[in-house]
Amino acid sequence: MSIGHYLVLSGLLFSVGAAGVFLRRNLITLLLSVEIMLNAVNLAFVAFGRQLGTVDGQIITFFVMTVAAAEAAVGLALVIGLFRHRESLNPEAFTSLKW
Amino acid sequence: MGSDQLLFFGFAGVSVLGSLFVIGQRNPIYSVLALIVSFFGLSGLYVLLEAPFVAVVQIIIYAGAIMVLFLFVVMLLNVPREGESEWDKAHPNFRPWPMRIGAVLSVLMVTELVWALSRTPGMTIGVADERPGNSSVAELGRVLFTDYMFAFEVTSILILIAMVGAVTLAKKREH
Amino acid sequence: MGSLLDYLTAPTTIFYLAVTMTVFLALQISAAVMVYAERKVAAFMQQRYGPYLVGPKGLLQPIADIVKLVFKEELKPKAADTLLFAAAPVISAVAAFTAFAPVPFGASTTFFGLLPEPMPLMVADVNVGVLVIFAITSMGVYGIVLAGWASNSKYSLLGGLRSSAQMISYELAYGMALATIVMLAGSLSLREIVDTQSGYWFGFIPKWYVFINPISFMIFATAGVAETNRAPFDFPEAEQELVAGYHTEYSSMRFALFFLAEYINMVTVAAVSVNLFLGGWHGPFIPEAYGWIWFLIKLSVLCFGYLWLRWTLPRFRYDQLMAFGWKLLLPLATINLLVSAAGVLYFGL
Repeated sequence: MSIGHYLVLSGLLFSVGAAGVFLRRNLITLLLSVEIMLNAVNLAFVAFGRQLGTVDGQIITFFVMTVAAAEAAVGLALVIGLFRHRESLNPEAFTSLKW
Repeated sequence: MGSDQLLFFGFAGVSVLGSLFVIGQRNPIYSVLALIVSFFGLSGLYVLLEAPFVAVVQIIIYAGAIMVLFLFVVMLLNVPREGESEWDKAHPNFRPWPMRIGAVLSVLMVTELVWALSRTPGMTIGVADERPGNSSVAELGRVLFTDYMFAFEVTSILILIAMVGAVTLAKKREH
Repeated sequence: MGSLLDYLTAPTTIFYLAVTMTVFLALQISAAVMVYAERKVAAFMQQRYGPYLVGPKGLLQPIADIVKLVFKEELKPKAADTLLFAAAPVISAVAAFTAFAPVPFGASTTFFGLLPEPMPLMVADVNVGVLVIFAITSMGVYGIVLAGWASNSKYSLLGGLRSSAQMISYELAYGMALATIVMLAGSLSLREIVDTQSGYWFGFIPKWYVFINPISFMIFATAGVAETNRAPFDFPEAEQELVAGYHTEYSSMRFALFFLAEYINMVTVAAVSVNLFLGGWHGPFIPEAYGWIWFLIKLSVLCFGYLWLRWTLPRFRYDQLMAFGWKLLLPLATINLLVSAAGVLYFGL
């Protein structure tokens, strides 16, 4: 399989994740879409790493996964706090700071 | 079609379909499960790219730990389906057009990416053609602890901060 | 097409399929044997007879159990989520069976010269085998948590959440003990780990890792018992506490699948312990080609240990259980890993 195939797939997954972030009205699905985007990036890293014959691509994926885990944990803690406040996970419910 | 190509399209299809299910589902539990299926597809792709360690670590960490965290939060909060919570019923979504335009723009983004990639030279080189792959875990460990040692240590501090932050943010406030 | 037919009828493929089918059937039979053994061992430890009516010495009791479970009525709560309710036992059972795939149970053999080159006696000879087992047991958590959620009843939900929280907590100590052995052996493939344990010191002490690192073995065994939700760590499914935890609302074949998954998980953890710590299929007096006999003997001893634990110790309360896993077992496993690393560096193992 050519590198183009992997990059197109990575781009497609990234767009699906981005679409999810823009289109969905649910904080949990938002966080899941961010995870999809991070995974698309991981795929691109590993594909390029394979093409160059080094292990650097795989190592960077570990760091991306770690950051994704940390971000998911903190994001979900925020979601829990927000849900306790408003009983809804719609991001449009939390617009108190808007003018 | 060679078996390699069949496997690639199979796993790629699973990943993309899973991701589409994630953003298309209204029930958050089904979204989380669809994402787990998508991760299995990605794991298969990593095996095809001669990175078995990353494939297994993806399952252990992403599908086995992060998604369990998501599932716990969804279950404990008893997250309602989208559009069925009290707040949603009181504030129905009057503006469908921004969503439709957003969907069109996403499709446009995919088209642009594919167009840009098709114009880039060197895209048809096979991934496995030029240099041999390196999938030994010993090599991964060696490079991780020599070249990337600083990033490794910083990541451990990052995880500590995230743990402390998550516990503090999710605690009930004693009023 | 010709080459496909050649591939399918090659001796290697046929023997590979035979090994896979043998493992599959052997796991199911082992679950049945464990059911019988559990009831008999429990009975003898409690000074009573156990099953003795069905067949000679009650040996046909598991078959009676299976027939009963097949003919029972399938119930489903009305408010249960249909898809997840049906999928949860399947996920549990599939994860349980698949986790045994990278586990070798015998030396590489040519089946009395029928194969051109020796084939290892395992279903999947991956070179990251240890991690694959770990990954698939993490998947087993989903069966439990989805069963708890899909049943839409408070006992099930609490049982499912507690059970899965316990499993993911003890996975950490499990992984650390595993990492210690991987460090000592220098490889992630179970077959190679067993191969490094062949030979004897002073002619009679076998070179097993249980003698080099007994603390690791105890941590692994404890975490393994907690992983499979067996006593004394079975609070989430104890009858006196939560009715039956996550499988309260399940009956007939779906319950049978959970039951099967639990026993096969036990067998898998015992098999991995045998391979990592007790030298796999190496043993005296039997030629290497029949090493699987030793493997079965060691596996039986460990499974008996499982049953012994269940009917001897009282169970932990849930907060005691979690405190034990996080505050005692995990630091102990980490310190063990550090000391073993220092030992490997110093002694050059």
